[in-house]
Amino acid sequence: MADFDQELDASGLNCPLPILRAKKALGGMSAGQVLHIIATDPGAVKDFEAFAKQTGNELTESHEDGGKFYFLMKKG
Amino acid sequence: MAEKKLAIIATKGSFDWAYPPFILASTAAALGYEVQIFCTFYGLQLLRKKMDMKVTSIGNPGMPMPVPMPVLMQALPGMQSMMTMMMKQKMKSKGVASLEELRELCIEAEVKLIACQMTVDLFDFSSDDFLDGIEYGGAATFFEFAGESDICLFI
Repeated sequence: MADFDQELDASGLNCPLPILRAKKALGGMSAGQVLHIIATDPGAVKDFEAFAKQTGNELTESHEDGGKFYFLMKKG
Repeated sequence: MAEKKLAIIATKGSFDWAYPPFILASTAAALGYEVQIFCTFYGLQLLRKKMDMKVTSIGNPGMPMPVPMPVLMQALPGMQSMMTMMMKQKMKSKGVASLEELRELCIEAEVKLIACQMTVDLFDFSSDDFLDGIEYGGAATFFEFAGESDICLFI
């Protein structure tokens, strides 16, 4: 797993909370920093892709492991 | 990148129908949209200081029931409160945000909430019934923002 600056555990949360929490976390970070997000909502996979596309942040990693979804979001 | 705009008209005042406006508004705001929700008729319930909306299966055959139940039984006193309680529990267990939480997130994200003045008067509400800091306006107020919006939804 690559390095990250901050972690957000959104496990157990459903749409749209993982996105909203991620947005909030990114708000407190500076450009270039990386947020590691953990989620259990399967919808989050597509949603984080769409979020990145529309907000100028970069989704550098997205993978599933044992029913959990892991994302790396680089702040744009 | 010019800011996109989302205009929503919220007209429903039941617990389940309060979700779409708040979910879409908070998410759009997180995506960088400027958002307004114009609340009219029963949608004014979304603006009450203390939200107390209920869900009902009456006239709503699409609502999944934990056990099959004749419609007349669904109409018995207390059933609506019970269904609302069960729905809230189910949502909590599935990690779905509460309406209060979503509304708070909307307010934090500067979603503009507007109460339709005509229906406020129609139902004898006063501004004390509603959240502080909301705006009041009519159809023309709505079109001022909606006319420039990229997405406009009637819910």
